[in-house]
Amino acid sequence: MRWLLVKDLQILRRSPLLVAMLVLYPILIAALVGFAVTSGPGKPRVAVVDEVPASQTKINLGGEQVNVADEAKPLFDAIDVVRVKTEAEAIKKVRDGDVLGALILPADITSKLEAATSGTGTSPVVRVYYNAEDPAKQTFVDNTIKARVQEANAALTKKVSRVALSYLNLIGTGGQFNFLGQSFDVLGLQKAEAILRGIQDAQPKSSPLRDQLQPVIRFADLARQNLDLAGPLLQSIGTPIQVDTHIVKGGSTPLGAFAAAIAVAVTLMLVTVLLAAGSLALEREENAFRRLVRGLVSRTGLLVEKIGLAGLCSVLVGLLLLIGLSFFVDLPWGQFHLWLLALIFSAAAFGALGVAFGAITREVRAASLLAFMAALPIAVLGLVPSGAVSSGLYDLIRIISGAFPFRATVDALDSALSHSSGIGTPLLHLALLCLAWLAIARLALRRFA
Amino acid sequence: MALATDSGVLEATGLVKRFGDRVALRDVSLTAHRGELLAIIGPNGAGKTTLLSILAGIQRPDAGSISTGRGEVGWVPQQAAVYSKLTVEENLRLFARLEKRPDVDATVDRMLEQTDLRDRAGDQVQTLSGGNRQRVNIAIGLLSEPEVLLLDEPSAALDPRQRDRLWEFILALAERGTTVIYSTHVVPEAERYGNDVLVLADGEKLFDGPPREFERTVAEECGEELHFEAAFVEFLRHRGH
Ligand SMILES: Nc1ncnc2c1ncn2[C@@H]1O[C@H](COP(=O)(O)OP(=O)(O)OP(=O)(O)O)[C@@H](O)[C@H]1O
Ligand SMILES: [Mg+2]
Repeated sequence: MRWLLVKDLQILRRSPLLVAMLVLYPILIAALVGFAVTSGPGKPRVAVVDEVPASQTKINLGGEQVNVADEAKPLFDAIDVVRVKTEAEAIKKVRDGDVLGALILPADITSKLEAATSGTGTSPVVRVYYNAEDPAKQTFVDNTIKARVQEANAALTKKVSRVALSYLNLIGTGGQFNFLGQSFDVLGLQKAEAILRGIQDAQPKSSPLRDQLQPVIRFADLARQNLDLAGPLLQSIGTPIQVDTHIVKGGSTPLGAFAAAIAVAVTLMLVTVLLAAGSLALEREENAFRRLVRGLVSRTGLLVEKIGLAGLCSVLVGLLLLIGLSFFVDLPWGQFHLWLLALIFSAAAFGALGVAFGAITREVRAASLLAFMAALPIAVLGLVPSGAVSSGLYDLIRIISGAFPFRATVDALDSALSHSSGIGTPLLHLALLCLAWLAIARLALRRFA
Repeated sequence: MALATDSGVLEATGLVKRFGDRVALRDVSLTAHRGELLAIIGPNGAGKTTLLSILAGIQRPDAGSISTGRGEVGWVPQQAAVYSKLTVEENLRLFARLEKRPDVDATVDRMLEQTDLRDRAGDQVQTLSGGNRQRVNIAIGLLSEPEVLLLDEPSAALDPRQRDRLWEFILALAERGTTVIYSTHVVPEAERYGNDVLVLADGEKLFDGPPREFERTVAEECGEELHFEAAFVEFLRHRGH
C-alpha cells in the first residue's frame, strides 16, 4: 500500500497542470463562496410578537402624540414579518429554523416609553431571539434589528429632547405654556432675575433685604446659564428603547472564522473528492486494477490508499489555505491541533465519498464530472440557512445534506476556528460518513474490473 | 480453489460465463500440465480473454471450477496494464515490490535485460511505442516467476524480431517447468509453439489436442488435407463460424 501511495504521488508530481488546477480552482471557488455567504441574504424572515394593545400605539411625549407604529415602520420594512401570538411560539419557530430570528414587543412598551421619556421610569426593552446556527445569518439579523431600533431610538430621542428643550426654554426665558387646553404664563428665570434686581435696587442701601436678595438673584443667573448647557446634554441621551438579545441554539462565531471554515470546506471537498475519485478510476483506466487485486493489494486496501492519497494532499492544501487566510482573518493558532483534527476527519470523509464516486463511474472523466457536478449542490444544500425555506423542506434538506460530509466539515472547522460549539459531534458524523461511503465504494468495486 | 491433480498444474471444468444475455463461455474444460504450452485460438469475441481472465482469477465464472497448484499464476492481459506516467523501471520496481520479491533490484535488472528495454528504462511508458509497452506489460507478468503463465495475445504488437525474442524467452520458461497458456490470432504461433491447441468459437470449445491431431480431425470432418492455418479456417467455416 505504501508503494502504491508513493506511485500515486509520483504520478501527481508528473501532472503539474492537474495539481495547479486542483489547488487554484478550489481556492478561487472558496473565495467566491466565502464572499457570497458573508454578504448575507435579502430580507430575513423574523417572527414578530406584538403584545402592544391597539389602543396604546400612541404615546404622549410632553403633549406631543407619537405613533409608535410609525416609528417602527422602517424596522418592519427591513424584515419579512411573520406574525405570531406568543413569545413561546416565536422561540419555537426560531428553534425549528422556520425564521431567522424573533422580535418581541412587550405590552408595556408604550407606557414604559412614556414614563422613561418623562424621567419617571426605566426604558422599555424589546427582546430579540436568534437562531445562531451560523454566524453569517446571526450577524445579519442582529445588524438589521439593531440598526432599525437605533433609528427608532434616534427619532424618539429627537422628539423627547425637542419637547424637553422647549420646557427648558420656558423655564429660562419664560412664555406661554399649554396644558390640557389651558394656557399659563410662565415667568422664566431671566425675567425673575430682572424683577429681583429691580426690587434689590429699590431698597435703601442700609436695608438688610438687599443682602438677602443677593444669593437669590445669583441663583437665578446661575440656573439660567446651567439650563443652556442642559440642551446639548439632553440631545446626547442614549436609548429610550433597549434591545435584549437571546441566542436560541448554538454559539456564536466571528464571521471571519466562519467564512474561513466555508472556504476551507469547499476547497477540501473539491480537492479530496476529485483526487480520490480520479486516482481510483485511473487504476482501472490503466488496466492496473485487475493486476493489483490479484493478490497484490486487497480491494479495501486500495480504497484506503486512495483516501490516504487524496487526504494527504487536501490536508496540506487546507493547511496552506488556513495559513493564508490567517493573514486576513483572526484565527486561533492556539487551537491548531483542532484545525488538524477537523481537516483530517473531513478529508477522510470526502476521500471516502470520492472513492465511491470513482468506483461508481469507473472512468477518470466521468468521475471528475460527477465530482464537480455533485460538489456544488452538496455545498449549497449544506449552507441553506434555516428560515430561507419552509420547515418541512428544510428538514428534508438537512437529511440529504447530512448524507454528505460538507455540513459536518463546516461545523468541525467552525468549532476548530472559533470557540463556539463542541467539535465532537461533527467529527463523529464525519467518521460515520467515512465508513458509510467506504462501504458503498467497496460494494461498487464488485463490478469495477 | 482445490489443489490440482498431479496430471495437471491447472484444471478447469465446466466453465460458464454470461454477460447478461450473451454467453461468453459455454461449459469449457481444460487441463494444462507442467511445462506444457497450451494455445487458445478462435475468432474475435470467441471468449479467449474471458477464459484467460477467469483462469487468472480476475473474473468469477457463473458455473464450473478451477484448480491450480501451489505456485503463482502469472497474468499478462491483452491490454497493457502499466502506469503510463511512470518510467519503465518505476513500473517494474513498483510491481516487484508489490509482489514482495526478495531482491527487487536484481528482479528489475533481470526483467530489463530479458525485455531488452534497458536503454528505455528511464522513459515514461506513455512515450513508448505500442510494442515496447507490451514488453513492459509482459515483463510485469513474469516478475513473480509464476508456475503457470497466462498470456493474452502477447505477440500482438511486436515486430518479428521482438516476437522471436519473446518466444525464445517463453520456450525457455516452459523448459524450466513453467506452464504457459496463451491466446493468439497468429495461428502459426499456435501450431509451432503449442503442445496443445484449444479452439474456441462463440464461447464453445470445439477442439482440444495437439496441432497434428487437429489437422487429422479437420481432414476427417471436411474431407480435405490442409496445413494447420488453412485447416483452422476451414474447420470454423464448416462449423458455421
Ligand atoms: N465485461 C463484459 N461485458 C459484456 N460483455 C462482455 C464483457 N467481456 C466480454 N464480453 C463479451 O464476451 C464475449 C467474449 O469476449 P472476449 O473478450 O473473451 O473475446 P476474445 O476471444 O478475447 O476476442 P478478441 O480476439 O477480440 O480479443 C464477446 O462477445 C464480448 O462482447
Ligand atoms: Mg481477447
